[in-house]
Amino acid sequence: MEGLAKVADSKLCSLSEAIDRYVANGSQVAMGTAQETLIPFAAGHEIIRQVKSDLTLIGPISDMLFDQLVGAGCVRKIRAAWIGNVITGSGYNFRRAAENGAIGIEDHSVLTLTMALSAGAMGVPFMPTSTALGSDLYTTNTGLKTVVCPFSGKTLTAVAAINPDVTIIHAQRADRFGNAHVWGNLGVTREACLASRHIIVTAEEIVSADIISSDPNRVVTPGFLVSAVVHAPWGAHPSPVPGYYNRDHQAFIDYRRDSKTTEIFSGWLKKWVKDIHTEEEYLALLGAERMAGLKLKNHEFSEPADYGY
Amino acid sequence: MRIKYTPAQIMVTAAAREITDGDVVFVGMRLPLLGFLLAKSTHAPNAIGVYELGIIRDTLAPEAILTMGDLPNLYRAQWLADSADLMGLLQRGLVDASFIGGAQVDRFGNLNTSYIGGANKIRTRLPGSGGACDLASLAQRHIIIMAHEKRRFVPRVDYITSPGYGDGAGWRERAGLPRGGPSTVITTLGILRFDPETKEMVLASIHPGATVENVKANTGWPLRVSDKLDTTPVPAQSELAMLKRFDPEDYWTQ
Repeated sequence: MEGLAKVADSKLCSLSEAIDRYVANGSQVAMGTAQETLIPFAAGHEIIRQVKSDLTLIGPISDMLFDQLVGAGCVRKIRAAWIGNVITGSGYNFRRAAENGAIGIEDHSVLTLTMALSAGAMGVPFMPTSTALGSDLYTTNTGLKTVVCPFSGKTLTAVAAINPDVTIIHAQRADRFGNAHVWGNLGVTREACLASRHIIVTAEEIVSADIISSDPNRVVTPGFLVSAVVHAPWGAHPSPVPGYYNRDHQAFIDYRRDSKTTEIFSGWLKKWVKDIHTEEEYLALLGAERMAGLKLKNHEFSEPADYGY
Repeated sequence: MRIKYTPAQIMVTAAAREITDGDVVFVGMRLPLLGFLLAKSTHAPNAIGVYELGIIRDTLAPEAILTMGDLPNLYRAQWLADSADLMGLLQRGLVDASFIGGAQVDRFGNLNTSYIGGANKIRTRLPGSGGACDLASLAQRHIIIMAHEKRRFVPRVDYITSPGYGDGAGWRERAGLPRGGPSTVITTLGILRFDPETKEMVLASIHPGATVENVKANTGWPLRVSDKLDTTPVPAQSELAMLKRFDPEDYWTQ
């Protein structure tokens, strides 16, 4: 069976190679597509270390990753529904940048962003929805227009398609050809992948193609669309990864304090991103005790499904 | 015996009472999440919880959660899915109730969680809609939960993130919104509802210790008061004990 898969080339590479190759300055990057879970923090931090600039970030909510990229000066524009720190509220870097006009914002709701990526995934210029009618999202998002339904005559919101240059997702396990198993809530991950020109998959584990193809329903997007696969254990920390580790709430609570001013934030950035060069260094900084506290306490395996014929 | 409670706790118990058994509830974060869990464990055991990141639950999570993406909230969920699936349920009209927090609200229940000062003269940039605009547009009803302060209760919001009744009766229909609108506003001082004719906010209940004068002084327009003004029931000791289970460190309710 491995022989079949070998017609494709391995896409396995290092995190720095993947970001260097597929995240160009000025590109449109979708991240945090599952919302609170599986946020690709390690990849985001590598973008900061490589001093990428003029990026447009795309995501439903980003939790604090987008705030970190804004604070590091990588961002020109954000197309998102919510930008902040989920359990503490405002993202201070984002707030400062928005209030002094340093970044542009295209305001979405979760549904308009879902429809924008869905249109991108389906290869059509827009998708219709009944949300946001009468709201001021129309004034700060040029990708929303009212249209009249040709069948019912009803007023609808048309949401312009979004096609990211690259979508970065974190998966539980992937094979080297880009086929990845993701479980848990998915948010807009599937639409974002299908809409994107490139996909980078970072994964807790790299496994054989046989393991992935044993359960094709769990594959998040077809591997032939994926550009790069990166082995990145703890690559979503401090966000949670179903089956691997829990949410590190303290990191989000600390970040509120550590991003309060630009001066304090630059200290955070140095300690947690710029001075970190390998995954081992990150995990050493995190510490064994903290990691042990985040690991699953109760395992719960699903029943295998029979895909036989 | 006098029961001691915080403003957040009376808001949560009031929120829980807005849920009817069997309701499909789009839950959200913070106090609404606690209100849903409280209702589910008391008078509304058959309520269904829908979480925008792609989770549907018909049971309580096995342990306390701080936010909806915490792994116990995924454990034996009824469905783990895509946001599009859950937004579809909402758009079809299958969600009975939802909860939204706000930074700024006006007399017709329009909410601003994006730009204080407006988009062209930004005084404070807030996180934005998240799913709130969708809930306000598409749920059968939505309940607003927020602090009652004059700077937050304004005659007209600077930016409509989540539509209420616009400028009054007929506005939602003219905009093309298929249904819904705010049913209730739960604040630190009282509970407000909307006049069925004019769609204007009316003070319906005050929390113990608050006065009508106090509420009016903290509202930025001449507030109408119901001629059947109630006093909000204080949280029962059993409700507070239940809340302690969901928020053991009082992260949301201190």
